[in-house]
Amino acid sequence: MNFIPVILWSDALVFLLLSAGGVGVWHVRRHPHLLLPWQRVAQSSMAMVSLLLLSVFLLIGGLDTLHFREALPNQSGAYSPEVLSVLDKLLVKLKSQTEKTYSAPFATTLYAKETYTDAAGQVRRDYPKLRYGGAHLTDLSAKNSDVVRRSVQGGLVGLLVGIGLLMLRRLQPFALSLSKGDSNNARVHGSTCSPRTGKLLGSPRTGNVLASPLVIAWLMLCLFLGILANLATVYHVLGTDKVGQDVLYLSLKSIRTGLIIGTVTTLVTLPLALFLGIAAGYFRGWVDDVIQYIYTVLSSIPSVLLIAAAVLMMQITIDTHPQWFDTAASRADLRLVFLCLILGMTSWTGLCRLLRGETLKLREMEYIQAAQSFGVSSLRILTRHIVPNVMHIILISLVMDFSGLVLAEAVLSYVGVGVDPSMMSFGTMINAARLEMGREPMVWWTLAAAFSFMLVLVLAANLFADAVRDAFDPRLNRTG
Amino acid sequence: MFAYLLRRILYAVPILIGVNLLTFTLFFVVNTPDDMARMQLGMKRVTPDAIAKWKHQHGYDKPLFFNAKNSGAAHITDTIFWDKSVGMFVLDFGFSDDGRNISREIKTRMLPSLAIALPTFLVGLLLYVSFALVMTLLRGTFLDTAGVAICVLLMSVSSLFFIIGGQFFISKLWHWVPISGYDSGWGGVKFLILPVLIGILGGVGASTRWYRTIFLEEIGKDYVRTARAKGVSEWAVLFRHVLKNAMIPILTGVVVVIPSLFMGSLLTESFFGIPGLGSYTIDAIQAQDFGVVRSMVFLGSVLYIIGLILTDVSYTLVDPRVRLQ
Repeated sequence: MNFIPVILWSDALVFLLLSAGGVGVWHVRRHPHLLLPWQRVAQSSMAMVSLLLLSVFLLIGGLDTLHFREALPNQSGAYSPEVLSVLDKLLVKLKSQTEKTYSAPFATTLYAKETYTDAAGQVRRDYPKLRYGGAHLTDLSAKNSDVVRRSVQGGLVGLLVGIGLLMLRRLQPFALSLSKGDSNNARVHGSTCSPRTGKLLGSPRTGNVLASPLVIAWLMLCLFLGILANLATVYHVLGTDKVGQDVLYLSLKSIRTGLIIGTVTTLVTLPLALFLGIAAGYFRGWVDDVIQYIYTVLSSIPSVLLIAAAVLMMQITIDTHPQWFDTAASRADLRLVFLCLILGMTSWTGLCRLLRGETLKLREMEYIQAAQSFGVSSLRILTRHIVPNVMHIILISLVMDFSGLVLAEAVLSYVGVGVDPSMMSFGTMINAARLEMGREPMVWWTLAAAFSFMLVLVLAANLFADAVRDAFDPRLNRTG
Repeated sequence: MFAYLLRRILYAVPILIGVNLLTFTLFFVVNTPDDMARMQLGMKRVTPDAIAKWKHQHGYDKPLFFNAKNSGAAHITDTIFWDKSVGMFVLDFGFSDDGRNISREIKTRMLPSLAIALPTFLVGLLLYVSFALVMTLLRGTFLDTAGVAICVLLMSVSSLFFIIGGQFFISKLWHWVPISGYDSGWGGVKFLILPVLIGILGGVGASTRWYRTIFLEEIGKDYVRTARAKGVSEWAVLFRHVLKNAMIPILTGVVVVIPSLFMGSLLTESFFGIPGLGSYTIDAIQAQDFGVVRSMVFLGSVLYIIGLILTDVSYTLVDPRVRLQ
């Protein structure tokens, strides 16, 4: 063993969420009436394309969540203080190929002129050649044709892999019918690489598989990833930042931060809103008064200020207790978890109010009154009758909140009350980019990278959330 | 009506006490005044004397909630909590860590905040509602779909990018308006154009879509069908019936933010160098000035509660069925 796995707090919470999600999926699959709205979601090609994009983000974030520490080479039992993730290991080239300072996307030289002594011993003032970006080129003028050649190569390989995976999925219904016992396994396995593709292919309503938007999106994605992978190994596709780190690497690392803020926060909101909202609505009386008082107090404080105040306090606590943390990563991570906690504390009130209102309505229903008159205990009524009937509200509000939280992280980190400055996130990238925009000549690529990654992530999340809302909202009348 | 208002105002007192207790807990119990003093004086090499002096200067050298040394009412009144909280209820916020009078700062900074927030709010509301009405009128057509798509796209862009992009293109590249700054009087208008524009743009996606949903919900109701059956034109249906009936959900979202306009927008003000309450708060956050942050939290809650009360009052204005008792 030349490494030890490290489970940071946020990792543990992600695993908890994943297992909860897994149980949820298993439960839904066994109940056709629960599966029905999801099938409606699956019928929306917009939702499935968004889900495809989201799952790419999830995959990257997931790989970035498996942390470990490598053993130091010449000491036994000692481990490097640097916490790495599987993603770091996969992107080792991107991570290690750092330049001296700024360089533009696809550049072969630094962004600013420097005075240096060349090989002949002469002092020159020019754009120094990059250490890694385009280092394989012997003739710098051949860069453009090299980029095109590599794009075509990478794109073709990506496309072929994409088509290959599609064919595999196509054969699967066949394989499934042959070996029924293995079906669950295949599903689980399939959901990691090409989620939902198989589901759609397997479903009877898609007659012409190749023309479906999802397949096209999947092939485009493979094409894009192929091109990117082939170029990123030899160029800095999105340039480098002030200390010469590859911006593509920074953006990929930022994904995990955004996803964690968007998802782990629900671990705080959900229980609070669910328990308090339902209790307030069902028991009324003084319970209702107390809970209403709590959420009115919390929601009357401007949330940015409450978050800022709490983060400031947490910062002091962290600074005064350095002994709690064995690595820098664990300190940054705890701050991230705290941020989720605080965001959760400020954002549960809306959902709580909704749930309270819905429960107030539900408790007057005949079937609840019938249960009450049969002497069914309150706890059982709540879990058997109320909770299943407010589930759609919870689900809709959770998926709708996700994109808002990702955006909030950027703003908070920008203001300085977000994640740890050493942690890569879209907010810290934008923060850095703001100074770079003022430079002459301007450094625009960090901002552009943060912008495009965030836009794709949030847009996909928004579109998916819309589809989920449409599928679950009982107010929308559907025919058939 | 009057009795209702009085009751609502009385009900606000425990909420404000709760807010105070919460921020107090955050600021003084989680981190003791000793921690704060150490933070303010620099983390290392701080002598106990220096800490005691700092605490005395800022009035933090008393017990937190209960003073056992004194007798009678002074048990409670001679504490940090009493000192720091009671003043707030008469809007006397005390002094910030750099020795300025917070109430005075708030008074002078209110106007610039309002100068940004009020136009953004009014023009924005007008634009969003008109966009939503047009989209409702064109519902089901290509333009409606495109409008929704644009809204979702705009919703997905972080407000930071609107600000940075706007400053870069409009101010730096095209030199239409100054990048940032503020001036009182009419000379300040040129500074206000960009932040107001960006504020409106930042909200257009979410708000327009929200109003469109409200209008679409309303337009499916029976009274609209009846009106159409009577031969009322589509425009008249929209403006005379739908808009009027959609007022309640619109007011619910709108009125509550009116008092909070005073608070300004944190981001806009700090980006554009507007000396308003938003940038005041951000500066205080970055300088870790707890007195100011607590005051702003308190002020924000007061304004929010006023907003809630105003919302209820506004219902009676647009819907004669609503009676406050």
